[in-house]
Amino acid sequence: MSTPQILMCPPQFYGIEYEINPWMSTARQADHALANQQWADLRAILEKTGSTIAEVVPVAGLPDLVFTANAALVFGKRAVLAHFKHAQRQGEEVHFRAWLEANGWEVIAPPPNFSFEGAGDALFCGDTLFAGYRMRSDARGHQAIVELLGVRVLPLELVDPYYYHLDTCFCPLAPDEAIYFPAAFDDYGRRVLAENVPHLHEVAEVEARNFACNAVVVGKSVITNTGCPELHSLLRSLDYNPVDTPLSEFVKAGGSAKCLTLRLDGEEAAGWKV
Amino acid sequence: MAEQHPELPLENSPQPHGFEEDVEVRGHIIDSLILPKVLDCITNLGGSFAIKNISIGQERTDPSFALVQVRAATDHLLQTILAQIADHGAVATLASDCQVIEADIPGTFPEGFYSTTNQQTEVRLAGKWQPVADQEMDCGISVNHKGGQARCVPMTDVKVGMPIVVGHAGVRVFPLERTRQGHAFGFMNSAVSTEKPKGVVIRQIAELLYAHRKSAGKSLLVGGPAIVHTGSGELVCELIRGGYIHKLFAGNALATHDIEQSLFGTSLGVNLREGSLADAGHEHHLRAINRVRRVGSIRKAVEQGIITSGIMYECVKNGVEFLLAGSIRDDGPLPDVITDALENQRQMRLAIRDVSFCLMIATTLHSIAVGNLLPASVKVVCVDINPSTVIKLNDRGSFQTVGLVTDVEPFLRALVEEVKRLEKN
Repeated sequence: MSTPQILMCPPQFYGIEYEINPWMSTARQADHALANQQWADLRAILEKTGSTIAEVVPVAGLPDLVFTANAALVFGKRAVLAHFKHAQRQGEEVHFRAWLEANGWEVIAPPPNFSFEGAGDALFCGDTLFAGYRMRSDARGHQAIVELLGVRVLPLELVDPYYYHLDTCFCPLAPDEAIYFPAAFDDYGRRVLAENVPHLHEVAEVEARNFACNAVVVGKSVITNTGCPELHSLLRSLDYNPVDTPLSEFVKAGGSAKCLTLRLDGEEAAGWKV
Repeated sequence: MAEQHPELPLENSPQPHGFEEDVEVRGHIIDSLILPKVLDCITNLGGSFAIKNISIGQERTDPSFALVQVRAATDHLLQTILAQIADHGAVATLASDCQVIEADIPGTFPEGFYSTTNQQTEVRLAGKWQPVADQEMDCGISVNHKGGQARCVPMTDVKVGMPIVVGHAGVRVFPLERTRQGHAFGFMNSAVSTEKPKGVVIRQIAELLYAHRKSAGKSLLVGGPAIVHTGSGELVCELIRGGYIHKLFAGNALATHDIEQSLFGTSLGVNLREGSLADAGHEHHLRAINRVRRVGSIRKAVEQGIITSGIMYECVKNGVEFLLAGSIRDDGPLPDVITDALENQRQMRLAIRDVSFCLMIATTLHSIAVGNLLPASVKVVCVDINPSTVIKLNDRGSFQTVGLVTDVEPFLRALVEEVKRLEKN
């Protein structure tokens, strides 16, 4: 098995400079030193799982570049580049494109005229790409990815603005297993998940609020923000190895462990990896 | 496993609403429940839908596709529904305005012009669907952006600078359903009837004439000279006097032989009472033409008491608009005959605008010419002894035609009887 590869971006220019989700408040700034420490700790944990960490060079004026999960959807050596919904983040696209191209990925432009926020809204579980829409990515763009990549795509509507990306309320653990926060979806979405993920586990609201679903999965290790004891106990019962690490400064911007990483060699749950 | 064909209603309301738009949804729309969600959304907002086309992917990774017609009672509601279902990826297939190029050469369309059908058509101008006026097959569409209007324009009428629609984007056609178009003749499965009970058809034609007598839509008779040759002229006169025919399109021949009969009692020299050849009868039609030419018009000949009976006489006396179109084999012709073919088309176009029922009797070329001009919404009955006349009309796109293969005289006789019976009731 190959070494897990993860793309991150140091939080040198990270801060709350605008408000594009309900978590963000420019009046409630991130503690810069603490953010640096939390990011470094996460990186260290990931390295301990055996992952290789690659870095995008941080850019002044692009505080959210730190959330590399939104850079692109990775599919083998092809990557569908993000096109951000908000102008504040669109400046990140050129930097993510440059890094991916420089490192050997064939970068595919997202379907034109649609917003698409990379792995934040597109997660493989088995052979199916689950794709969140309405808040940040467009359903129509997801439909175009079906033809772009030749994969099965099931769009899921996100109905709670606090869970504005799919990776804030749904996390595949393995090709047949995932955790999710039901209230972030409507009835249709819940039915689709129930019918298409054989082992689906609910996360309690209080833990979902702590970004329990925004977990990084490397092998059997599942890394989350602190404050998710119920989930961790469930994960242990399922033979996973949960690890928590404080990420409070990133939660202020609406992100946590998963948002700070982009799995470059394919998520553990991605069917195409096998 | 591929997506399973859904158990979805194909249509949730058979009643058409006033406003409609086609949207398409593609992807794994069944397994993701996107399609049922879109349909629920339409219904919950008070609209209705019809799935016009659906194709399900063969392989698990193959996308499926659905073409859904969204209908709503008001344009506002339609726009509300379209905006909401767009969030789920259902978008209008015709979301763009029509493309327009200004004509650069008089009497010609720009290359790639949209060629019209005789079906109801709409074009999208500044985001709004606008009806195309003067619907006619084999024309182009000219638009007036300022007024948001569009109309069919024949090639010869194109002027330099006229904005002409090119391509198919932003153009939609509402085909008259061929099963539905037959409602006036519901029992007839084939358009051309040679071996069907004619009495029933004639009764229905009489009912149509009767209904049109006082309606805003006018009844047009397109007639050939066989009407006169067969001695049926008087039957047509009865229909005119009864107010059943509002317009007459014919050629030089029908008018000439009708006037010949009025002046000499013959048609093509044959005495219509006895069926015998009149002495020097072959000259009669030319003498009739000459006499009318000497006074200047059919109307004047009627007013001066030269013509005292017949179809043309009744037209003048009953205010029936008539249009006589010339041909290269015409004798004379009568002074009323228009010999410029394009001018004929123009005048016929103007005259048919308020026509909603057309009876074509015993004339092939004239029937086809008028059929070309009529929108598909006009009901057409074509009566001819020769089935190929009706078949030709259908083949040229006038599929709204119902044909009756029969001799003219017994047809008209039965028609007049039916009309009279309706009057009595």
